[in-house]
Amino acid sequence: MSVFQQVLIGPLKDIGSNPAFFGEVVIGGILAGMLYSLVALGFVLIFKASGVFNFAQGVMVLFAALTLVGLIERGAGVWVALAATALVMIVLAFAIERAVLRPLVNQPQIILFMATIGLNFFLEGFGEMLWGANVKKLDVGIPDRSFMAAGMQINQLELSAGGIAAILVVVLAIFFQKTRIGRALRAVADDHEAALSIGIPLKTIWVVVWSVAGLVAIVAGIMWGAKSGVQFSLSLIALKALPVLILGGFESVPGAIVGGLIIGVGEKIGEVYWGPLVGGAIENWFAYVLALAFLLIRPQGLFGEKIIERV
Amino acid sequence: MGDLLTVNNIEVIYDHVILVLKGVSLRVPEGGIVALLGANGAGKSTTLKAISGLLRTERGDVTKGAIEFHGATIHRHPPDEVVRRGIVQVMEGRHVFEHLSVEENLLTGAYTRRSGGETRRDLDMVYGYFPRLTHRRNVAAGYISGGEQQMLAIGRALMAHPKLMLLDEPSMGLAPMLVAEIFDIVGRLNREEGVAVLLAEQNATIALKHAQHGYVMESGRIVLEGDAKTISENEDIKEFYLGLSGVGQRKSYRDVKHYRRRKRWLS
Repeated sequence: MSVFQQVLIGPLKDIGSNPAFFGEVVIGGILAGMLYSLVALGFVLIFKASGVFNFAQGVMVLFAALTLVGLIERGAGVWVALAATALVMIVLAFAIERAVLRPLVNQPQIILFMATIGLNFFLEGFGEMLWGANVKKLDVGIPDRSFMAAGMQINQLELSAGGIAAILVVVLAIFFQKTRIGRALRAVADDHEAALSIGIPLKTIWVVVWSVAGLVAIVAGIMWGAKSGVQFSLSLIALKALPVLILGGFESVPGAIVGGLIIGVGEKIGEVYWGPLVGGAIENWFAYVLALAFLLIRPQGLFGEKIIERV
Repeated sequence: MGDLLTVNNIEVIYDHVILVLKGVSLRVPEGGIVALLGANGAGKSTTLKAISGLLRTERGDVTKGAIEFHGATIHRHPPDEVVRRGIVQVMEGRHVFEHLSVEENLLTGAYTRRSGGETRRDLDMVYGYFPRLTHRRNVAAGYISGGEQQMLAIGRALMAHPKLMLLDEPSMGLAPMLVAEIFDIVGRLNREEGVAVLLAEQNATIALKHAQHGYVMESGRIVLEGDAKTISENEDIKEFYLGLSGVGQRKSYRDVKHYRRRKRWLS
């Protein structure tokens, strides 16, 4: 068999010979992708409204999950713990605005970016101090069972994660397009001096956007935590969100979702069908290579805002 | 008529070291149009930003003097508070939200207005003054023409119901006909809606045509003030800002290199 046949024909033949298995792989990819999307979404929200790339988003996911688990372990009911965690994330948003963003207003972007790196380490240490560093199991009451449909095994937990992510996206899209605050957020993203000039208070906008990012982090934290336990490697999924952002566009909510799906599905298919040809581990680099290709062809991403240039 | 805005001997320093305004005082009466003239870098924009509070986003600070609006000191307030009190700045270079549609741009202008019911009526009012925007209401503001963007910026400011509008170089980069159209609309806004205007312009001819009172700035100071008529008859203004020679005809470019006149206010 020639190399050509091995690379192009062989895997496709495998796909054709067992469509149910292929379906499982794709669904697994979609659900993993949804989780990437949720993390990417947090980045997009903050980037859209303040132009800051929030390095700490991954740790915010971890922090939210840790808080939730910690509260449940101490005997709080799931809903009470959830509400308390939401409150903690909102308080965190206020604290970040007051202690980090406000003193750094009008500083170059890179300084804000570095501040979020600092925030990253702070939150990681703070979370560990509060809740300990052990791997914890998060049980939010969605059973981690699989059922069969059309010859495919589908995990109920992953399915609910997908559904929740979809709802979240719709809600956020409506928030950005239709509400007064949402419009103001987009205005700030476009031209923050002009936004100030018509009386949009940056402080409020920042608190809102960090709060929303915090709430999204809770959802992402629950889903990842329920899947693989709450542990510090959770903060590393932020690295996977980066190619998702490049693919989907830094300012686009739908872009984060579609980008996450493409990467989730792409890496699963690559791993299962093409992995054996190169000795595996495609899953680890597929996303980054794809992102690199996108940077060359379409730097604003699939749904990124067009760079409007008047002549 | 009482004074709406009083700027009292302010000094502005950028970055803690660069002194830009050296004791600027001016007054805008209720419902008046006041022109602030001067060349590039004279300090017109800085003066407007000191009033609107946008100065601090550029690391500038009012270090001496006071700015009063309706008798209350405002130069310590953040920009959104200044807008709430009734002063909106239309920034130089238009600064529309390019990715938002024309109508969304106008709606963001109403951010400080809590009552949603009035917004619809205000939109109609803005479209009434700027009929060109009506056809473009769903187009991304980045794609409309420069003149339309200037109209949009003014319309957006109008949505906040200002008592005083700070207009920074509305004529910049626009064709003379459009400039005339925009100034006429500003004049109408002033008469019909009672919006006072503080107008920073390099185009002294058109600014003095619409204003009742004028100030001339040079390197961070006010060097001349008076009612519009007196200013436009000042020999120095004719020579340096209006491009007219001493006898009042249009100046010939043949003589342009020979400045025989010295500015009297220097020295």
